[in-house]
Amino acid sequence: MPPRHRLHIVSGKGGAGKTTIAGALACALATRGRRILLCEVEGRQGIAELFGVDRLGHAAEPRICRTPSGGIVHGLSMDAEDALLEYLDTFYHLRFAARALDRFGAVDFATSVAPGLRDVLLTGKVYEAVRRSDKKHPNAYDAVVLDAPPTGRIAKFLNVHAAVAGLARIGPIHGQADSIMRLLRSTGAAVHLVTLLEDMPVTETEEAVAALRPTGISVETVIENKVITTPLDDNQLQRASTGTTMLQVRGLTDQQNRLLTVEFADEAARTLQHRERHLRLTSLGVPLAEIALDPAGMDQAALFTIAEQLREQIELEAGP
Amino acid sequence: MTAAFFDIDSIISDPQTKIIICCGAGGVGKTTTSAAVAVRAAEAGRKVVVLTIDPARRLAQSLGVGELGNTPRPVPGLEKTNGGSLDAMMLDMKRTFDDVVIAHAPPDKAAAMLQNPFYDALSSSFSGTQEYMAMEKLGQLHHQAQANGSWDLIVVDTPPARSALDFLDAPEHLSDLLDGPFIRLLLGTARGPLRLMSAGFHVASSAMTKLLGGQLLRDIQTFVTAFETLFGGFRQRAAETLALLSSTHTTFLVVSTPQRDALREAAYFVDRLTEEQMPLSGLVINRVHASQLKVSAERALAIAEDLDPHAAAVEIEALRRHAALERAIDQERLLLDRFSAARPAVPRTLVATLASDVTDLEALRRVGVLLADKD
Repeated sequence: MPPRHRLHIVSGKGGAGKTTIAGALACALATRGRRILLCEVEGRQGIAELFGVDRLGHAAEPRICRTPSGGIVHGLSMDAEDALLEYLDTFYHLRFAARALDRFGAVDFATSVAPGLRDVLLTGKVYEAVRRSDKKHPNAYDAVVLDAPPTGRIAKFLNVHAAVAGLARIGPIHGQADSIMRLLRSTGAAVHLVTLLEDMPVTETEEAVAALRPTGISVETVIENKVITTPLDDNQLQRASTGTTMLQVRGLTDQQNRLLTVEFADEAARTLQHRERHLRLTSLGVPLAEIALDPAGMDQAALFTIAEQLREQIELEAGP
Repeated sequence: MTAAFFDIDSIISDPQTKIIICCGAGGVGKTTTSAAVAVRAAEAGRKVVVLTIDPARRLAQSLGVGELGNTPRPVPGLEKTNGGSLDAMMLDMKRTFDDVVIAHAPPDKAAAMLQNPFYDALSSSFSGTQEYMAMEKLGQLHHQAQANGSWDLIVVDTPPARSALDFLDAPEHLSDLLDGPFIRLLLGTARGPLRLMSAGFHVASSAMTKLLGGQLLRDIQTFVTAFETLFGGFRQRAAETLALLSSTHTTFLVVSTPQRDALREAAYFVDRLTEEQMPLSGLVINRVHASQLKVSAERALAIAEDLDPHAAAVEIEALRRHAALERAIDQERLLLDRFSAARPAVPRTLVATLASDVTDLEALRRVGVLLADKD
């Protein structure tokens, strides 16, 4: 049975943990015997760093991880110039000319001057990877996860129609835009926005949801990352945040109790702020998922833990 | 292995420091650091202008820079007893580009250029334009400062670069692009060996036409023809700005947080600046966790275990949080030590994490104090 979505697009504000969540999502999808492709678009080599593997190339799609549930994740670092050369080769059989173009600086020129060409080349490449399973391609994947540009640029990046508006009206890139757009608007694709419960990332998430609305692409989940869970209620936190009631812990000195009280006052205040921001996100009307803060830092075990949390909260499998 | 302390006050108080550039990955508090440095310098008596790129709305409001205005404006509420001043501005990339065109092209050509659809695309969405215009604006502010002495220190917040130090590469990239062989072929002005390539060029050009469309190529040709008169100016100013950046009057601060990803980017910035022989003065590490309470994570958790889960719910939670904090502190220290061990020559200052967002002048002053305090 194939997964519910064939393409997952993960965006988020810088520092929110977008690449980590994209990596964990790929692991969550990679259950028994499945092959998942995880790709990045900005050449930051974040995937290689996350999985502790060699730098990823633009063409090869090496295996980067075997999950405990028996699936495989492959990695790809995409590059617009390479994608353009690939296009010219595939659609015009211009292997030689393409190389000449590259020498003239034309490839750099085209990807730099035509607004959106870079983006549409990258989304096109992702689309091609998704479509391989329809074409019974030997190198097909069960699902593709894209570590997409940050929230500030995501609507522009995905709005392929606007991207090709300035390009030639005929030609393969223009022709493909409709198909890409159809996929992005369908249930075949799911957009996830990763955020921290801080003011700026939450604001950017709200803005991204609003910016995506007119494109017809809907947001599947907002993923709250690094959430600190606490059993205390608002009243208890409120009282603690004032720092006026001294904590009385047996085994600590008075001085230590004082310091603990002050320290916890800040923590309690922060938690209350996080709860407010959680309410703000709730009002977006988009399903929310929560990933707990792992104080031990990021390693492969932590990645699989996040994958497990994603599997519990996001509907990844097709319904019966 | 402890890194040397980076003393921001010695940089600020040195009259030879004319430009401070803050760079780093997105989301590490670069804009806040720039603003805090600017406020501190101004209140210490410097005449400062701060160029921000994309500040959070509330920080922009507190600096008095709204959506409007591509020119510096005084920041309200500044303490001026030391004779300093502070102006702030937010970069409007399209207006900066328009101003360049209007200032340097003949009036008839300027109008045609501003209306060219290709120019419109280039000035509003070309990936390098923001970086280029930030450099252009920096050059302008520097000239203005020298001409009328309105400022003696410029603090620059760099754009959230797609890849590190794009702003150093952007001017060259843009001029290479607009003056490169492909454009010359498009214009039919190629000479020498390139001329011989014209057969290959026809194939190339027809592929481009198929891809980009004839109209866009025609717009580009019209634009580049009009733009030619500006080339000299652009290249020259880009070269001047780069020279200014590597001079002794400029200094770079690399901003980061004690997280793995951010430090990896910071390492890249540091190495690149060193490689280009750019004057790097130090590393600012934002959002560093700290605790006054000297109780280890293990001990805190052990104590919590012995408490009554109902009667002492708040105490248990406080201890659990303290344990998590201690672990975060250990983790951060490890990452920072590793960074400094590999780059011992780079001094650093640590800025403790704040309980709330930095949205007003008072909070910026507090950040300034944390920046300047020896850790």
